[in-house]
Amino acid sequence: MKSLFSALAPLTLSCAVLCASCSLSAQAKNPYAGDAKMAKLGEYEFRANCAFCHGLGARGGGRGPDLTRTPKKHGDSDQEIFTVISIGVPGTAMPPNGATQQGVGMTEEELWQVITYIRSVEHKPVEMTGDSKRGRQLFFGNAACSTCHMFKGQGGRLGPDLTAAGTARSLDYLIDSIRNPSRRLSQGLGEAMKEFTEEYETVNVVTADGSKLQGTLLNEDSFTLQFLDTREQVHSVDKSSLKSWEKSRKSLMPAYDEKTLPEKDLQDLLTFLVNRLQAPGGAQ
Amino acid sequence: MKSFFALLAFLSVLASAASAQVTPQRLLNPGEEPQNWLMYSGDYTGRRFSSLDQINSGNAGKLVPQWAYQTMAGGKFETTPLVVDGILYGTAPDDRAFALDARTGRPIWQYQRNLPDDIRPCCGRVNRGFAILGDRLFMGTLDAHVLALDAKTGNVLWDTPAVDYAKGYSFTLAPLVIKNLVLLGVSGGEYGIRGFIDAYEAATGQRKWRFYTIPAPGEPGSDSWEGDSWKIGGSPAWITGTYDPETNTTFWTTGNPSPSNRGIGRAGDNLYSNSLLALDPDTGKLKWHFQFTRHDEHDYDATQIPVTVNDGDRKLILQANRNGFFYVIDRTDGKPLRADSYAKVSWSLEKDSNGVPIPSKDSSPTPDGNRVCPGAAGATNWMSPTYDPQTKLFYVTAREQCDVFSTAPQPYEPGHAYYGSAYFPNEDAEPFYGALRALDPATGKMKWEWKHPSPTWSGVLSTAGGLVFTGDAEGNFIALDAATGKPLWHFQCGASVYSAPMTYAINGKQYIAVAAGSTLFTFALP
Repeated sequence: MKSLFSALAPLTLSCAVLCASCSLSAQAKNPYAGDAKMAKLGEYEFRANCAFCHGLGARGGGRGPDLTRTPKKHGDSDQEIFTVISIGVPGTAMPPNGATQQGVGMTEEELWQVITYIRSVEHKPVEMTGDSKRGRQLFFGNAACSTCHMFKGQGGRLGPDLTAAGTARSLDYLIDSIRNPSRRLSQGLGEAMKEFTEEYETVNVVTADGSKLQGTLLNEDSFTLQFLDTREQVHSVDKSSLKSWEKSRKSLMPAYDEKTLPEKDLQDLLTFLVNRLQAPGGAQ
Repeated sequence: MKSFFALLAFLSVLASAASAQVTPQRLLNPGEEPQNWLMYSGDYTGRRFSSLDQINSGNAGKLVPQWAYQTMAGGKFETTPLVVDGILYGTAPDDRAFALDARTGRPIWQYQRNLPDDIRPCCGRVNRGFAILGDRLFMGTLDAHVLALDAKTGNVLWDTPAVDYAKGYSFTLAPLVIKNLVLLGVSGGEYGIRGFIDAYEAATGQRKWRFYTIPAPGEPGSDSWEGDSWKIGGSPAWITGTYDPETNTTFWTTGNPSPSNRGIGRAGDNLYSNSLLALDPDTGKLKWHFQFTRHDEHDYDATQIPVTVNDGDRKLILQANRNGFFYVIDRTDGKPLRADSYAKVSWSLEKDSNGVPIPSKDSSPTPDGNRVCPGAAGATNWMSPTYDPQTKLFYVTAREQCDVFSTAPQPYEPGHAYYGSAYFPNEDAEPFYGALRALDPATGKMKWEWKHPSPTWSGVLSTAGGLVFTGDAEGNFIALDAATGKPLWHFQCGASVYSAPMTYAINGKQYIAVAAGSTLFTFALP
């Protein structure tokens, strides 16, 4: 019996190694680059396997970044994109090819078709006309973005990390998120990835002794809440122990209207976020 | 040395228990041995109800974990294990299988199929469980073979290839044994397959019959397909059927026509997609059919367990369908008696003269997207419901979600995904959620619901202890009062539940088992 068990273990291991290596050993060059017919085939695959998170036309779907933007967070070469699709991005909702509830998985050939499709809908990098340096000052200074948002490891934890937001989201989305943050909260992940919830919902709690707490929801199940209060303290409470609680899709972030953040400031801030690769981090 | 002999004694006890033969007669009378769980849904009715009542609404709050078995497999763990005379038999992702001492969770044997690299299962490398007859266990594999394993050793006794997996066929369901035949239906509705239900001789693995769920030209129903579209019309049968011994009829349900979200090119009702089929289990001959969703364009597979229930003289089938309607059907002739919505529905706004919901013209997917309810995952899906004869309620896992369906003229290529579409949640609408709903078949109305923060893929078990058990996407396994829906107990499993719970007993002690994450958990009273 023992020998059966030990025989099973290497079998499992070699399977995993085989599958990982078969994806990675693919040729580094896209054999279909620029081929419009292949791009069309890639679009079908994209719709079946990717659009659930990355949206129709690869324009971003809330959960997944806008793939018409460049440069991409996890690498911008064909080979890097191939690898990202093949093995996923650990720690994020991006699953390895074929492992997801959505979609049916793709062959190597189909992966290259998808990459061809993504290339066909990509925009050129946006020419930003604002003052990136001043944008950074606003982010960490007067506009107080860093109270709740991180950029390259500096800032708060109450809202989403914005290091990659400048190229993962469209400009319209970014402007909307600043001017009208409650219209569309930074979206959570689907149930397949529920273990890593990332929905920035607001929670208001009244404890049994009447104290009121407010914060951003970190997680929730049927019986408990975990949230970060505005001083970044983590709370864990049993729903049944509370006097009352409510979840709200009204963001804790104030709406930055034109009075708070004039158009010029907005452009500087956006330029800072979009030109992130050139931008220094907050520590400098 | 002493421990070696102790082990030997222990093994011989297990071996003698495992050698007890599961006869066709035992399968017909599972009520006489409620300590065992002899098939996927517990018995031939598909009710997933147990008469065990040691754990009940008065003491469920005291449940504690007994043991956990780790499969070490990634992916969704969808099995409902069988328990026969103290041994538990389960399957796991990548066509793993195991036999455990059901009292301690200690393995007796383990098995894993050596799968080819290029299998193409839609939606995960899953398996939902075994069927058993004699001392043989039967499973379908992801590379579309049917296996018989020796229940004592896990050795493969026969291995019959059913169909070419490279064209997108696979097996994911637990087979159903009727008399000396092993019945199972095929998965692959996302690949443009031609679906079927097969029966194999339990002794030899020889195929006895095949019923194609899409008629060939000239057969009745073939005029419901445009041109050659029947050849790649899908209609898989990927959830286990039920059986009525009194009339010797087996009931199976079928999935979507292919491509799932594009009806152009397959004009007609597309029989027998999204249907309930009444078959003669000896011959595979069709007795009658009822189609839930005609010419489906929203992936509304009818692959929910067709639960048989008697109401006085009336012989019924209850099915809460993925399309959002709860159907009560006369199982003697397939006539629908009721169809009431149990979740938000927008694809059908009217019913025909028989009370059957019919698709509304403007619900079709469009190139730019059309918002339709239920969404692509359905108002429910494959997760097992339960019927409790004590409360006379039907409990189903529901999902409230609408999706935007778009379409694309995708060419068919053998073995390639063939959706013709995309779908995604409607971001500007209310956040979607799930619920366990208790439906009254007499009125079609909901008696109570337990809301889940997000939709779950867990099935439901009911017991004579006045309890229903379900799991959720947040990882909780929950016992609720069957009459009121009040939660009585929960345990955080640490990963989403993608399986249906079951129950068994050993030496008079009742256990509840559920698979979550990569672990099989059991619970009992202290």
